[in-house]
Amino acid sequence: MTTLFDQLFDAHSISDLGNGTHLLAIDRIMLHERTGASALNSLAATGRAIVQRNHVFAVMDHIVDTFPGRGDATSMPGGTAFITETRAAAKAAGITLLDVNDPDQGITHVVSPELAIVLPGLTLVAPDSHTCTQGAVGALAWGIGSSEAEHALATGTLRVQRPKTMRITISGRLAPGVTAKDLALHILAAHGAAGGVGHAVEYAGEAVAALAMEARFTLCNMATEFGAFCALIAPDAVTFDWLRGRRYAPADWETAVRAWQPLRSKDSARFDREIAIDGSSVQPMISWGTSPAQSLPIDGAVPVGEAGAAARAYMGLLPGQPLLSLPIDAAFIGSCTNSRLPDLARAAAIVNGRKVASGVRAIIVPGSGRVKREAEALGLDRLFTEAGFEWRESGCSMCFYAGGESFGPQQRVVSSTNRNFESRQGPGTRTHIASPETVAASAIAGRIADARSFCAGAPLADVAGRSDA
Amino acid sequence: MPAAFARARRLLMLRVAVMPEPLRTLTAVAAPLLEDNIDTDIIIPSREMRSTGKTGLAAGLFANRRYRDAAARIPNPDFVLNQPAFADAQILLAGTNVGCGSSREHAAWALAEYGFRAVIAPGFNPIFFGNCVRNGIAPVVLPRETIAALTNPVTVDLEAMLVNGHSFALPDEARLMLLEGLDPIALTLKHADAIARWQSADRLARPWAWLCERATSR
Repeated sequence: MTTLFDQLFDAHSISDLGNGTHLLAIDRIMLHERTGASALNSLAATGRAIVQRNHVFAVMDHIVDTFPGRGDATSMPGGTAFITETRAAAKAAGITLLDVNDPDQGITHVVSPELAIVLPGLTLVAPDSHTCTQGAVGALAWGIGSSEAEHALATGTLRVQRPKTMRITISGRLAPGVTAKDLALHILAAHGAAGGVGHAVEYAGEAVAALAMEARFTLCNMATEFGAFCALIAPDAVTFDWLRGRRYAPADWETAVRAWQPLRSKDSARFDREIAIDGSSVQPMISWGTSPAQSLPIDGAVPVGEAGAAARAYMGLLPGQPLLSLPIDAAFIGSCTNSRLPDLARAAAIVNGRKVASGVRAIIVPGSGRVKREAEALGLDRLFTEAGFEWRESGCSMCFYAGGESFGPQQRVVSSTNRNFESRQGPGTRTHIASPETVAASAIAGRIADARSFCAGAPLADVAGRSDA
Repeated sequence: MPAAFARARRLLMLRVAVMPEPLRTLTAVAAPLLEDNIDTDIIIPSREMRSTGKTGLAAGLFANRRYRDAAARIPNPDFVLNQPAFADAQILLAGTNVGCGSSREHAAWALAEYGFRAVIAPGFNPIFFGNCVRNGIAPVVLPRETIAALTNPVTVDLEAMLVNGHSFALPDEARLMLLEGLDPIALTLKHADAIARWQSADRLARPWAWLCERATSR
């Protein structure tokens, strides 16, 4: 029991409530406007107050529009109320709000690490399934429901059943042109959408240690598609260097780093389940069906089995049909999975000097105001817009359809997002999830394309150099 | 003890949260939707979550399946809940990994508001499982073959832990919450002293983990 997960769990256990359930101390709580007003108002209605309001942050990301010049008005009917009510409730509760046009606004799981709200060794919860993203810094971070958010706000704790532990060790190195997103889809395709249910997953091994911080977020992000309780990567020099100097980073940095250095699974650690993957065997992946587990190497063909019939029908695909060269209607780069600066830089390296295929709608939504500014400083916005991409303000945007913007029925979209569920991006919309590289290459080709055949674009060495998947 | 905590405890004496009705035994029609990976986008699409509250969601339940035209609310007669035999269903039979995807508690709110008090499946997404418990919906795990063989009416007995004679398991805390309709926040606030002690010690042990009020003022 000396896994990283167990260390973090035990260090936060205030009380053993029996039968594997513990009262866990919660260090940070993040809210967003989809459920923020509901949780805060419901709490207030029961006469309860937030225990540690300086450890609670609210972000406008789910419903806010991403059009340039956006304000409180939303293309989602009635969406403005979510924004204004969350703003009012956050102000009344005295918590920090990253409001619509705050320079640090962005997607919760992008801005929390950017501001060092999440730190190694902390517990962090949010009413959003992709909270597992933040475990990439070595924090115990997991998604909860709104009622649990109220519980965390009112008590500074959660009642948590201890999950089992799983380690996924990825040996070797990912091949050139293969990214953390491909690795996440590879794991889902091999082990299923429920493969991680009941487990806290730690990603380890040479290929994980070699990932840049942003790629680690991408890998951990999709642990919820695996059904995992949370995802973890042991913090190391990459983590510490990345977090240093950010807004809420500890003032006594050296003391903090000393506290974080032991946060790793001991050599003797026993996991309830172990999965080993040869990193060099992972191919660029793309989804074909309506579950992220229904994914294939990009040069693969749609499965022929009866089990996939409903997904094939929804996606408008035939058994045995190759995915490469399938015509697309739209391309989307964004979301808490793949919207950070290196994601955009790698896509830009492919787009550079080329044009989006005629008839394809292509959209880029940076994950935060900071990502947007940094990308603009590198000239990526011009590169994308000259190629025919829309360049947006940050937010969750078209990762899901909330009643506002949609791609439309039967439209085939290649998307750097995390969910290819039925109607996720709009009623009847056919979503293929893939890496930003694959999205960019497909946007240029007008068809599902293998980004590795696009590597000859004009060089962008200064930004692409940070892109080691 | 932090002032906010003392305040919360005092107020707790005055007001009690609205909790779901206790669920002991339920005999009702079970509606089969025996697909794996019924995600929360299927249970309630994002666009149907129109208000900032927890109510007004039942009409959006399964909207993409239940209506031929969701906007106009024109029913799809093929969908199980639109068939007369299942019109009064209070139990949902599902495939494995039900409730995967988004953590939206609206999925549980919509099911509860529609009238569902139990979901029976071979496996649950963990967040959805918790959301069910907190909204008075029993999440019952049974083998796929057992579920397929259930005949209506179905009885979910949380005291005997049986479904039509088949035993099932629930974590004790989840079972207690369903049986008693308990408020977990009230339960936890009984530990207020232990929480305050932990926090005092933690401020000394992990000063780097604590943000001062000044740091958050912007």
